[in-house]
Amino acid sequence: MNRNLTHLQQLEAESIHIIREVVAEFENPVMLYSIGKDSAVMLHLARKAFYPASPPFPLLHVDTTWKFRDMITFRDRMARECGLDLIVHVNREGVDQGISPFTHGSALYTDVMKTEGLKQALDKYKFDAAFGGARRDEEKSRAKERIFSFRSANHRWDPKSQRPELWSLYNARVKPGESIRVFPLSNWTELDVWQYIHLENIPIVPLYYAAVRPVVERNGMLIMVDDDRLELQPGEEVQQKSVRFRTLGCYPLTGAVESTAATLPEIIQEMLLTRTSERQGRLIDHDQAGSMEKKKQEGYF
Amino acid sequence: MAHQSELIEKDILAYLKSQEEKSLLRFITCGSVDDGKSTLIGRLLWDSKMVFEDQLAALEADSRRVGTQGGAIDYALLLDGLQAEREQGITIDVAYRFFSTDKRKFIVADTPGHEQYTRNMVTGASTAQVAVILVDARKGLLTQTRRHSFLVSLVGIRHVVLAVNKMDLIGFDRQRFEAILNDYRQFALPLGFSSITAIPISALNGDNIIEASESTPWYGGPTLMNYLETVRVEDESSRQPFRLPVQWVNRPHLDFRGFCGTIASGMVRPGDEVRVASSGKTSRVARIVTMNGDLGEAVAGQAVTLTLEDEIDISRGELLSAPDLPPLYASSLQAHLVWLHEEPLQPGKSYLVKSAASVIPGRVVSLQHAVDVNSLEQKPAATLGLNEIGVALLQLDRGAAFDSYCQNRQTGSFIVIDRLTNATVAAGMVMAAAPESAAEESAGSPAVRRINLGELLISGDEGNLVDLSEESGELELAVTPQFLEALARGNRVLITLRDPSQLPPVALLAFENHLQYTVSRVGNRISLVLSAVAPPAAEAGAPADAGL
Repeated sequence: MNRNLTHLQQLEAESIHIIREVVAEFENPVMLYSIGKDSAVMLHLARKAFYPASPPFPLLHVDTTWKFRDMITFRDRMARECGLDLIVHVNREGVDQGISPFTHGSALYTDVMKTEGLKQALDKYKFDAAFGGARRDEEKSRAKERIFSFRSANHRWDPKSQRPELWSLYNARVKPGESIRVFPLSNWTELDVWQYIHLENIPIVPLYYAAVRPVVERNGMLIMVDDDRLELQPGEEVQQKSVRFRTLGCYPLTGAVESTAATLPEIIQEMLLTRTSERQGRLIDHDQAGSMEKKKQEGYF
Repeated sequence: MAHQSELIEKDILAYLKSQEEKSLLRFITCGSVDDGKSTLIGRLLWDSKMVFEDQLAALEADSRRVGTQGGAIDYALLLDGLQAEREQGITIDVAYRFFSTDKRKFIVADTPGHEQYTRNMVTGASTAQVAVILVDARKGLLTQTRRHSFLVSLVGIRHVVLAVNKMDLIGFDRQRFEAILNDYRQFALPLGFSSITAIPISALNGDNIIEASESTPWYGGPTLMNYLETVRVEDESSRQPFRLPVQWVNRPHLDFRGFCGTIASGMVRPGDEVRVASSGKTSRVARIVTMNGDLGEAVAGQAVTLTLEDEIDISRGELLSAPDLPPLYASSLQAHLVWLHEEPLQPGKSYLVKSAASVIPGRVVSLQHAVDVNSLEQKPAATLGLNEIGVALLQLDRGAAFDSYCQNRQTGSFIVIDRLTNATVAAGMVMAAAPESAAEESAGSPAVRRINLGELLISGDEGNLVDLSEESGELELAVTPQFLEALARGNRVLITLRDPSQLPPVALLAFENHLQYTVSRVGNRISLVLSAVAPPAAEAGAPADAGL
């Protein structure tokens, strides 16, 4: 009998180990739930880690108020079905200042609504550990990210003072105010995530599947008209196209791809045959080389 | 991507099925920038088509801007993740890369060759099953080749690839290649690798990386990719005695008590007898519970939840094992220590020792010797600094379960954490349980206790107090600049001693730092007040540190 675990079994076990370790070592952990496919896998792994109990921590969604409507519906459904507390945090100051991706540019908008919003929520609830669904294969600056990533009391990430990480022994010690971001999916690739969703039948937001949706072409990206806040610029027109999303975020910043992949195997097929990386659909990475590293130092996930 | 494109297009379900059986290989690459290591990994990612068009466009732009290949594609730029190191042109930390073929998924720990080599290599190697050691064909074996090989063997990697790179620069000379291999076999004999595979390559041109090179007709072995796809990393851990460190006790309600953890070695089935390391009590496994249904068996590497037939006391930190082959259970250990921090080891100081099964305070009572990573020679040492390796005797505050590292990498490893800064300061590998008496003896003997007064200070309304009366051994005192500044501002520190034999280290400290002290006796206790030298009266009002 073959007793060697497959790569997905090994990745699953490693992630469950990480999630359990956090719950055992920290007083007040939280799972950042971004509603995307990586969050879906992370939540599924957390349920497996503590079955038959429910995961002993809440979900936190930092809502920029510009998420796709389908994402919000899906988020509320999943929290209900998993029996987990859901904390939704909105940076009210940002909203009051009228910060929007259209008027303030993606960089400032992301900083205020996502990065600041996240820091506010972590401070408000005094979480000492926060799970995130980031993967090392997503972007070059993440390749050296630790699984337990230390953050100072003002949430800064210092690439030069990260703790060495050996075997599966994680240093979970923090002083009051300090925290650790934990990345249970560090060693998963995009393909692993999709294969696992397929194998384990994990529910995902319908936006990942192709459907005819209203879109406009802007800056070389297809932006979906998800509500009436998207103002058309001169020359732009709304087109009905069969599109889907490879990654989900704020709708004005997330490019759709033209696709007819309406089932999971078709999505994986398309992903395997495609020639562009997943983050390409995200406006915020395009600013300049090293932009992700800068954002991380400031506290972005 | 280097997948079966045709099958993906025609029958995606069949393709997905075929991918489910894929295994996972973790390997480490060792070598310096000059050996072409980054180029090699960049090439593996490139040739396995893990580079997308948008990344390619960025790579081309970067190659023109900061590349070292005269505007041609510089594969190494695919890897340099952080801006700081990109500008310095060196990689300064362990990076993890991923690629996959139809047979395997690979996780590569990419470690720099120059800076902090020991810390980074040991970190990267701790999870690796195979090491690829790069050698420049023009230079042959260098000191660093020996260093890398020693570290790789220390961390328990049994399979080594000797990638002889830049073969194009020596005209693919077979004799030179074979001479390097022979040298290496001779050198590596005492390191006890299970296999050594030498491959003549050119990372820059792709010779013997994926496809067999036409320039090496005399070479009949595998290409690097062939090797990585097929090397049998025989999963010895499944055949070893059962070990489950209990990570978390799952108690959703009174009728369920599950013991969660990742099986470190061996396998387990319902009905198996298991033993609790600390109490020696045994019970039988009732169920192996998962969300996908109960399992009939579970093996090393799986994260499981066990329920037992009897109610016995088990909490996080316990180690469950096969009853006939239990782990070591000891509070004093002999272990290899690799020091990872700028702040050197302080023998006698209390650290936290975190292993798979527990987190326990402990001290290094003595260093038996340090190992020179270049010559492999043993030398006496009083402490270990950053990147130094030694054999130490540790005394834990209570007993804990371990295996020797050479038997079990999961239950034989530990990290050492500084209790004050929370930094991870060392990696440890258990060699054996040390006799309690040996550790005790060392504890009371010459091992000098180093104490930093700045860390011991207790501030209170009554002033600043340092209590040394509980210290039994020989003392060596140190201070921080902050401590001296505090004294210069006029603060005074009261130090209580055990007896007059502790006076000399205080006097020495005062002399070296231009401090003054007054001694007084209170009952049987001796105490003294430490302060900065008062400024001469004429200069009263001048900065207090004038005399320091």
